[in-house]
Amino acid sequence: MSILVNRQTRVICQGFTGKQGTFHSEQAIAYGTNFVGGVTPGKGGQSHLDRPVFDTVHDAVEATDANASMIYVPAPFAADAILEAADAGIEVIACITEGIPVLDMLNVKAVLEADYPDVRLIGPNCPGLITPGECKIGIMPGAIHRPGKIGIVSRSGTLTYEAVAQTTAAGLGQSTCVGIGGDPIHGMDFIDCLALFADDPQTEAVIMVGEIGGQAEEEAADFIRHQFNKPVVAYIAGATAPTGKRMGHAGAVIAGGRGSAEDKFQALAAAGVTIVRDPTRMGRTMAELLAPSA
Amino acid sequence: MNLHEHQAKTLLAGFNVPVAPGLVINHPAQAADDQLPASADGRWVIKAQIHSGARGKAGGVRVAQSPDEVRAIAAELIGRTLVTHQTGPTGLPVHQLLVEPASAIARELYVALTVDRHAQRVVLIASRHGGMDIEQVAADHPESIMRLSVNPTVGLMGHQARQIGFALGLEDAAFKQLPALLRGLYDAFIRHDADLIEINPLAVTEAGSLLAVDAKIAIDGNAAYRQKALFAAKDVTQEDPTEVAAQASGLNYISLTGDIACMVNGAGLAMATMDLIQSAGGSPANFLDVGGGTSTEKVAAAFKLILANPRVTAILVNIFGGIVRCDLIAQGIISAAREVGLSLPTVVRLEGTNAAEGRQLLAESGLNLVAEHDLATAAARVVALSRA
Repeated sequence: MSILVNRQTRVICQGFTGKQGTFHSEQAIAYGTNFVGGVTPGKGGQSHLDRPVFDTVHDAVEATDANASMIYVPAPFAADAILEAADAGIEVIACITEGIPVLDMLNVKAVLEADYPDVRLIGPNCPGLITPGECKIGIMPGAIHRPGKIGIVSRSGTLTYEAVAQTTAAGLGQSTCVGIGGDPIHGMDFIDCLALFADDPQTEAVIMVGEIGGQAEEEAADFIRHQFNKPVVAYIAGATAPTGKRMGHAGAVIAGGRGSAEDKFQALAAAGVTIVRDPTRMGRTMAELLAPSA
Repeated sequence: MNLHEHQAKTLLAGFNVPVAPGLVINHPAQAADDQLPASADGRWVIKAQIHSGARGKAGGVRVAQSPDEVRAIAAELIGRTLVTHQTGPTGLPVHQLLVEPASAIARELYVALTVDRHAQRVVLIASRHGGMDIEQVAADHPESIMRLSVNPTVGLMGHQARQIGFALGLEDAAFKQLPALLRGLYDAFIRHDADLIEINPLAVTEAGSLLAVDAKIAIDGNAAYRQKALFAAKDVTQEDPTEVAAQASGLNYISLTGDIACMVNGAGLAMATMDLIQSAGGSPANFLDVGGGTSTEKVAAAFKLILANPRVTAILVNIFGGIVRCDLIAQGIISAAREVGLSLPTVVRLEGTNAAEGRQLLAESGLNLVAEHDLATAAARVVALSRA
């Protein structure tokens, strides 16, 4: 088991023949992902990376039964690509594209909620998701992952890789890793991922990587306190970031004096989460937490 | 991206939001008698155009009783640097002034539109307590702040505007004016990809009508490709020159006050690196995210930005080599370091594919580069080197 994707998942790429789409599709195929084709409007009928190219996601789904898509189309067209995938019946959509206008995502979310409530959107502006050894959808380096028992959910790209490398080094491995992205309006949140990890027998514990800004970590803390029974280790980046300065992600803005790293650490600790203030200790802390008590 | 008040008002006037007629000047002589907007009581307000609130307290908003006084105040303000609690200690330069007729104001209200990430909607915020710091109002009188979220399918509805109108205690002409004004703000927000539109204060004049006395607009940087006219009018004198140069190189740089520079791939990892420097007893000089695909050109541009800061005494480079192999990243760092003549002590922490080969290349480069594997050790090392 795992969450969201596994070796049966049939993956396509939107923006398949572009530079990014080509590179990361090659990586996904090399990783062993069940990669069934791609979409580039106007190039339908061609072959790319030994896989069929389709004009529309509808065509791709009809021909390949694809049920997951990774999106690399440029930001001005990404909102359209997400809704095209949803309309074609794709269940898991990972939008890697960064720089999508906030109002575009606001409209995408409104349409998904109203018309496609079962679609799982990951991102945008995220590294994607991976079930180690089975299915890689995104830009993460496959080689640092090992199949295992830790679920990872993170707002930050390269910090996800830190958590992955550390759990691999600690011999724990990962069930599924989801990079939910740092944009203010995005798809799956911490709570959505935690709810899936709760029901996944392979996942024994979860590492959560948060950032300053917003209230998502505080809301996750509330969820963990009431509805999540597996051990959780959490780190929040940005304890020393100055108030009001934007640190790369639109999300990393402290609003109204709330959402500081300290607020989040305290909310999580109060919910029974093991917090780590040193990002190099996420894996070791988890290993200690799971070690059978002597 | 922030707009100046005069830019914001011009934009809002196009959406039927009532604003005073204004004159923008960058020299006192431009405030000639026949150029000044008509003033009923012979008084004008002169407002420094900087990207900051709280200008009044800093002496950036003044009242003149005559055209001569307008020009005298203009001579005093143009070229000055204003420091407010939002500008930081260096302040912002005043190059332009907005001159408007003074208004007779009966009441000051607050309205704003922004994106509420929790509701995932545009949210309208309103309060009876305008003309002051809204964060203070929220702390002192939380019950006076109204929030209504807007469904994008229908936009801001009349019933929502009426609800706000009643809550603000508006009457007669002002109450009737409010729905069109709020709809104008909402349409401007959507049409121009705003992050924030804030009218503080929204005045009820002695004559009983509404007037946007101040206006702050911030535009979503991601929408630059479809808001070309607004971005072409961006005033870079209001931004940190290093941050402007960084953007031009595709880097994300923010100046801080410490002495240890850092260069990291990824915003979250960059913040985590700053946290580690601080917990090791040091103080970061900057936030710098070089993004994915760490090319030699980008690393060289990043080194140049870092070295332009005279406070920097040591550098920590932290790269998690994901898709790009660490030996290639190391080669990029070495050639960039040679290109810019890097001499400051520099700790490089490389992790990921071929990290050992990368560290070996750094160690053998003959440059002042210290290769580390563990991030916590690297942070402690750079703090020690910064004090050596």
